[in-house]
Amino acid sequence: MSFIEGRAWTYGDGINTDLLAPSPYLRHSLEEGAPHCLENHDPDFAPNVREGDIFVAGESLGVGSSREYAPHFLKHLGIRAILAKSFARIFYRNSLNLGLPPLVCADTDRIGRHDILRVDPSAGTVENTTKGETYTCDPIPAHLMEMVASGGLLAHLEKTLKKAG
Amino acid sequence: MPQTISEKIIAKAAGVDHVTPGEIVTCSVDLAMMHDGSGPGRAGKQLDALGVAPWDVSKIVVITDHYVLLDDDNSVALQRAATEWTATHGVTKFHEGEGICHVVLPEGGHLKPGMFCVGGDSHSPTAGAFGTFMVGIGATEMTGVLATGEIWVRVPETLRVHVTGTLADGVTAKDIILKLCGDIGIMGANYQAVEYTGPAVMALPMDDRMVLTNMAAELGAKTGIIAPDATTVATLTSLGVSDIDVDTWQSDADATIARTITIDGAALQPQVAAPSSPENAADVSEHAGVKLDQAYIGACTGAKLEDLRMAARVVKGRTVKDGMRFIIAPSSKRIHEKAAAEGTLKILEDAGAMILPTGCGGCIGLGPARLPEDAVGISSTNRNFVGRAGPKSSQLYLGSAYSVAAAALTGAITDPREFLGEGDVP
Repeated sequence: MSFIEGRAWTYGDGINTDLLAPSPYLRHSLEEGAPHCLENHDPDFAPNVREGDIFVAGESLGVGSSREYAPHFLKHLGIRAILAKSFARIFYRNSLNLGLPPLVCADTDRIGRHDILRVDPSAGTVENTTKGETYTCDPIPAHLMEMVASGGLLAHLEKTLKKAG
Repeated sequence: MPQTISEKIIAKAAGVDHVTPGEIVTCSVDLAMMHDGSGPGRAGKQLDALGVAPWDVSKIVVITDHYVLLDDDNSVALQRAATEWTATHGVTKFHEGEGICHVVLPEGGHLKPGMFCVGGDSHSPTAGAFGTFMVGIGATEMTGVLATGEIWVRVPETLRVHVTGTLADGVTAKDIILKLCGDIGIMGANYQAVEYTGPAVMALPMDDRMVLTNMAAELGAKTGIIAPDATTVATLTSLGVSDIDVDTWQSDADATIARTITIDGAALQPQVAAPSSPENAADVSEHAGVKLDQAYIGACTGAKLEDLRMAARVVKGRTVKDGMRFIIAPSSKRIHEKAAAEGTLKILEDAGAMILPTGCGGCIGLGPARLPEDAVGISSTNRNFVGRAGPKSSQLYLGSAYSVAAAALTGAITDPREFLGEGDVP
């Protein structure tokens, strides 16, 4: 998987699925729902996030529901990689399944809002070009990296089911 | 090799003799449960787009609960998708509007000890009360399961929660789990399987055991589980389940337990979690007197027959405080009917409760139990994150059905034991 370069959107601990994907918009389309991402926490996020940006959080990112819209809203709005000190397990799996690489990174406190980051999901490295620093993340398990790199579980299934068929 | 109940179930599903925590294995799924939110309208449609048939329709259960009472176009479309998808693929285990999935799943006789199951909802660990290993997954992951019947699993460590002694009158399973949320936090059991043991746990009826496993999700756990016993067998048998293996699905005495947390059941006080996280739990006395606008008994975790009986015991012969909205949505139709037949619903209605049809509703801020702007509520549900049960300006406390009912009477957070005099014991 190639480099992802973009601005950092930084948040603290415990950003939960109700903040990322508020309950009233779960039955809506991705297009209708995504603009409400984080509206109860940071109303500036959804209108200003751009293609290629990187979501950065502290502990317990995505805690709560199994709703796939939580990472899907982020992806739809342009987020291309997620860094956090720790992830809730379903959110982590949902991100991988959507082809949105989630990286466990202990140094997210060092990253400032809108710092320019260059993320290498395969190597698990993050270069903060604004600050001139490099962070090392836990690598994504090998059995999953291939699935993420091919664009997520649906793309992977299409490939493997075709091969099998 | 000694193993925990969770390891035994995963090993069987992976087709191996034993597994070790941290190991990644591929498991065959015994049952996949979907609801109207993430199920046919999302995972099902994705499967159809791949041009693949479900791997085994006899192992798929669809239960509509999230949007059954809503009439907007999106809700109607999700209901229709459930009806059409199950008909197209011949899924006969389809429960339409019968109640909340985690409660209808066992009611429908779909669970038994030793099964490895997945559900399209984070509270799927509820099934662990029946000695089932069940994890919550997202919609795309479910598409993969529907296509292949398999899922990869990182074998979890086991965190054991051992509750000693006997719970005092007015103290419930909800108080045990909120105490845990307060003590170890909402990620305190991240990636782990929480196994509940001890005399105070095994004395609980199934309705209350399901509260412990349901809210394993509020500890960040992969699942929660309770080894089956005579209570499990009696309940499952009454639901028409046969061939129940109790002996195999027990943790071995010398199995590896990553951490054991012991709770003194006899000393436990009623717990109330303050806004806006279950981990803000403390003894009810810490929050006593906080003024409230609404008291809600509902959701998969908080409106089973035992919960309705608790509420009825508190409000019997009394009246809801003026200005308070006291709303009850039973967890399933079956529970509603039983509570009506035994007179419990009448006691609640006579006290001033508004009874809603079953559904997820108020827990996720939908329907008449949605908290209004600036309102402060208490509920027997499982989550109180900002913006979940109402707008950002609303606030929600969590407590047992006893505590919610007591609050309905006083209009403030109240120790429910004030209404549980000796003479009131049924």
